[in-house]
Amino acid sequence: MAQIKQTIKPNGKYMGRRIMRKEDPRLLSGKGAYVDDIHLPNTAHVAFLRSEHANARITKLDISRARALAGVIQIVTGADLRGVVENIPPMGVLPDLFVPQHPVLATDRVRYVGEPIAAVLAENPYIAQDALELIHVEYDPLPVVVEMEKAIEPGSPLVHEQSKSNVAGTFKLDSGDIERAFRKADRIVTGRFVNQRVAPMPMEARAVQADYQAGEKMLTVWSATQIPHLLRSSLSRLLKVPENRLRVIAPDVGGAFGGKLNVYREEVLLPLLAMRLGRPVKWIETRRENMRAMIHGRDQINYVELAVTKDGRMLGLKCRTLADIGAYPQMLTAAIPTLTAIMATGCYKIPALSFELTDVFTNKMATDAYRGAGRPEATYLIERIVDMAAAELKMDPAEIRSRNFLKSSEFPFTTPSGLIYDSGNYKTCMDKALDLAGYNKLRQQQERARKQGRLMGIGLSTYVEICAMGPATSDPPGGGWESATVRIEPSGKVTVLSGASPHGQGEETTYAQIAADQLSVPFDDVTVIHGDTASVPPGVGTFGSRNTAVGGTAVYMSAQKIRTKMEAIAANLLEINPKNIVLRDGTLQSKLNPKKSVSVREVARAAYTAKKLPPGMEPGLSETSFFSPKNYTFPFGTHVCVVEVERETGEVKIIKYVAMDDCGKVINPMTVEGQVQGGIAQGLGQALYEEIIYDDNGQLVTGSLMDYAFPKATQLPEYICDRTETPTTSNPLGVKGVGEAGTIGATPALVNAVVDALAPYGIQHLDMPLKPEKVWRTIEEKPEAR
Amino acid sequence: MQVKVKINGKEYQDDVEPRMLLVHFIREKARLTGTHIGCDTGNCGACTVLFNGRTIKSCLMLAVQANGAEIMTIEGLSTNGLHPIQDAFLEKFGFQCGYCTSGMILSAYVLLQSNPQPTDHEIREALEGNLCMCTGYQQIVESISYAATKMKEAGK
Repeated sequence: MAQIKQTIKPNGKYMGRRIMRKEDPRLLSGKGAYVDDIHLPNTAHVAFLRSEHANARITKLDISRARALAGVIQIVTGADLRGVVENIPPMGVLPDLFVPQHPVLATDRVRYVGEPIAAVLAENPYIAQDALELIHVEYDPLPVVVEMEKAIEPGSPLVHEQSKSNVAGTFKLDSGDIERAFRKADRIVTGRFVNQRVAPMPMEARAVQADYQAGEKMLTVWSATQIPHLLRSSLSRLLKVPENRLRVIAPDVGGAFGGKLNVYREEVLLPLLAMRLGRPVKWIETRRENMRAMIHGRDQINYVELAVTKDGRMLGLKCRTLADIGAYPQMLTAAIPTLTAIMATGCYKIPALSFELTDVFTNKMATDAYRGAGRPEATYLIERIVDMAAAELKMDPAEIRSRNFLKSSEFPFTTPSGLIYDSGNYKTCMDKALDLAGYNKLRQQQERARKQGRLMGIGLSTYVEICAMGPATSDPPGGGWESATVRIEPSGKVTVLSGASPHGQGEETTYAQIAADQLSVPFDDVTVIHGDTASVPPGVGTFGSRNTAVGGTAVYMSAQKIRTKMEAIAANLLEINPKNIVLRDGTLQSKLNPKKSVSVREVARAAYTAKKLPPGMEPGLSETSFFSPKNYTFPFGTHVCVVEVERETGEVKIIKYVAMDDCGKVINPMTVEGQVQGGIAQGLGQALYEEIIYDDNGQLVTGSLMDYAFPKATQLPEYICDRTETPTTSNPLGVKGVGEAGTIGATPALVNAVVDALAPYGIQHLDMPLKPEKVWRTIEEKPEAR
Repeated sequence: MQVKVKINGKEYQDDVEPRMLLVHFIREKARLTGTHIGCDTGNCGACTVLFNGRTIKSCLMLAVQANGAEIMTIEGLSTNGLHPIQDAFLEKFGFQCGYCTSGMILSAYVLLQSNPQPTDHEIREALEGNLCMCTGYQQIVESISYAATKMKEAGK
């Protein structure tokens, strides 16, 4: 059985402890309620006709036969939406970003395979699918832009004729004297790294249901989303429905990984159809649709140069990055690669940085936030180039890292990109990881393996990421605040209402842990409600590993306010000074005479009967807080991956995987472990198997789970996980966030291990995914292998 | 076409289109929504149910093919609290978002019937037809292994 170490002590009665999740019994027994599980009578079902071409003019669209099919209620095309809702603008932009019109339904032109053209409403999903086949579309195909390096060549066909080129936007970062750094360097190590396009692939694809109650003028939208409040604001703006007549509900959501951090065309259209039709409408995305029309992630090419001295000191980093953003920027599309730029120097003290980013239009689905969102790309490029430098200087990869790490005494540290790293203990974390992995022994084993002709490799990845998104005042905008209401009910039970919208992360549990500790009530007495804009305070959403650090802090702040109020009420009831009140074991007692006490329940009763309140105090025990962090948090860690490559087949076998993560203080080690392990799996998935492939015509080759190699249980290793704990100074809980760490740490650890295994053949780099065939061919091409 | 299916011991009879998938019958006609749909190619295993005691993917079978069959879904695993496998998933945190969980648990249930003390590798092989995007599988493997131990202790 896997080795799980827990070396950190809990920091509260509930906080810091492994506590079973509140959400679990319902999810385990099939009683969860995902969007498709919510049945409304008289629902009409929606299916989308999507473009079969990557770039084409629509010359004819004939819906007459489909319209005549029994059971078809209505068919909506782009022409029907003229003057109603014409454009869904992105949120994250660059100063020079060319922002094309982003229609709800294409009218005369399509720019990627899967772009929606028409929506069929039918009595059941089967009829809706039948009707799609009866819609007649004629296309006039245009030249297709697929490869981003070709897309920016002069004379390339344009994705958007109104733009001068396929360069969508640019971003530049210059810090320190980069030219001097490169002049002074003993060696300049260069690499070209492709971070391939992958799919976020939540198990539940997208799903939207909408219902308009004309009498109440109330529009209710159920969506599998990470951002119910942002979706509500967008829908209000786009559909011109007052925000207070619009209710967005994110019920149980079957994973998201960034893919549901968006405002999609389908999400805008469904509520409009519900209003027009006066019936509930539902759209459940198929997996094939999901792979075409939900955002993809990554898709960067990084040209990296690292200036180093002969003793391994890093002097400067240059990076030129191309980011394939697809045809239409979605919500945060343009913001994601800027995260790569600002995090490019990683854990290292590199005095000079030059980063040039170019976003490129292609005839593909948009890229946007996928777990890690820009940071995995940053960690990958720096961790690969550092390993290449170590190889060139014949230094141990651990040694070169150690020499360049920021020291724990240097925090807070202002990076070349202007970020202020909050806290860190990189060397200690790496040393612990190496100890746990048995690094020195592994190197000896490797030596023996090589003598036997076996290809064993050891890969390190030391990462720092940017989390707890983020300060409202930062540039690029960081996500901002999060809110929470904590309410002690008249019976003494506690309700927490959160603006964040977890979907598998477990905040129904961690928020309850925070509230229970602060209010000294039993954990079972706390209920957490989220995801319904009609019942929870305004919120931002769940992304950027922000739920606990930002949303959890709002819970903590509200609980603190209630505590203060309870102390005042208790003091009044006991006729003592509030300063002499202490909350302990569910009672508020006199510090001087513990026998003088009232229970939380008695205080709650007093708060609502309002007979014995201190003069001037409002009744009730309900407080709301908005926490707006002043800084991000910067979790870090070291992952060690050990592989053996099968010489005859090119297959990569993971022999050992060690993750030492530091996400600051931990509320629930069990859920943290889950986040880390799941993240590692997705990182390894990208490194080994996964890749979204479009062919030269812009057709999606990996368009189903038959073709897209999502890893199975037999293809992933056991993970040995442990932590160090360096609290953040960015919030009072000291928590940093952990949702994306695994994905960020894992990918370079695996690739570094494989490249290390292949070092005897003089192989310096291999682009992901490291499928057996690619590894085998790369070996075969080397003369050393013959 | 008329179809009569016993699901979790209860008989469901309905007139359905011949092309209706079994998973839609279970979800829409029997209104048992614990069985989920995660793909359309039979790869993900979210729709796994027991068909006359064996696991099948209910998105790959027509409802009419199930005429006369006995189906068990996650809702039928335990009528009284949680089954030991569900308990183990709870204790060992064998899932996160819960979408794949019904299928995982039913695959585990069938595995443990034929192999009450599986090795980790055997568990992983038994889950070949079930994908999970959240956990990276380790905690699922631990849950099933733990369930096996608990069930042996309890003599179940």
